[in-house]
Amino acid sequence: MEHASHIFSYKTLGLVLGALLVLTGVTVGASYIDLGWVNVWIALVIASAKASLVLVVFMHMNSAGKGVVVSFLSTVFFLAIMIGFIFWDVAFR
Amino acid sequence: MPGQRDQTGKKLGMWLFLFTEIILFGALFVLYAVYFSWYPKDFILGAKELDLGFGVINTVILLISSFLVAASITAVQNDQRHIALAALAGAQVCGAVFLVNKYFEWGHKIEIGIYPGSERLLDGPAPQNLFFGLYYVVTGLHGIHIGIGMVLLAVSLVLVFCRRITAENDVVLDNCGLYWHLVDLIWIFIFPLFYLVV
Repeated sequence: MEHASHIFSYKTLGLVLGALLVLTGVTVGASYIDLGWVNVWIALVIASAKASLVLVVFMHMNSAGKGVVVSFLSTVFFLAIMIGFIFWDVAFR
Repeated sequence: MPGQRDQTGKKLGMWLFLFTEIILFGALFVLYAVYFSWYPKDFILGAKELDLGFGVINTVILLISSFLVAASITAVQNDQRHIALAALAGAQVCGAVFLVNKYFEWGHKIEIGIYPGSERLLDGPAPQNLFFGLYYVVTGLHGIHIGIGMVLLAVSLVLVFCRRITAENDVVLDNCGLYWHLVDLIWIFIFPLFYLVV
């Protein structure tokens, strides 16, 4: 059973839940400090960290195989192209 | 083993579907980001109208539900059927509480005259109308996903109960779980973008 060896223990899952809740607290706390545009970036960095935890542990991305990882990264890459080009267009209009 | 390969294909198929969901919400986020960069002051005023308490509670509820769904997969793998059933039922309750909160949150907004096409928004500054339009579209579409996710979790719960999902054959639970986690993942980005830009 190569499959069972990838299963996370309840303890690991609980620790990840704890980390996600702490990060939620941090992002709410950071929103009270007025840093202008930096606030948005801090919020997005923390959201990405939370998303990574969910992807790797809860969604078992670590054992999902190369095909899933490569296709996921390609999706993020194309999303970045979409976001980048739209902002490029908007900025030079 | 042919069975093994079949499961891999089913999982990859689910992931491909999830990628289309990421692009769908990604496009809405881009729309939000562009208007936010054009009208930051109005968007911040709009975000101040949102109830941070509801946002935080719903974030915590979804994170806990994701943990429960992940725990149910561990339980099925360990042949702990009762724990799996309890975890799936708990996640179901979390989803229901999320939607009830959303009902009260939207209900309050509608009561004070903030809804698509309301006089208050039409007569007010146009960018605020945009903010709340996006708020209703994005949280509404996400709410529909929560509803679909709850149906999928209910199906998984019944299949675990009937012993159709077992340690050897858990791909249905895995895929329903993936969908639920993606819905959580999207909320992880909705929450700071709408509630925390104040």
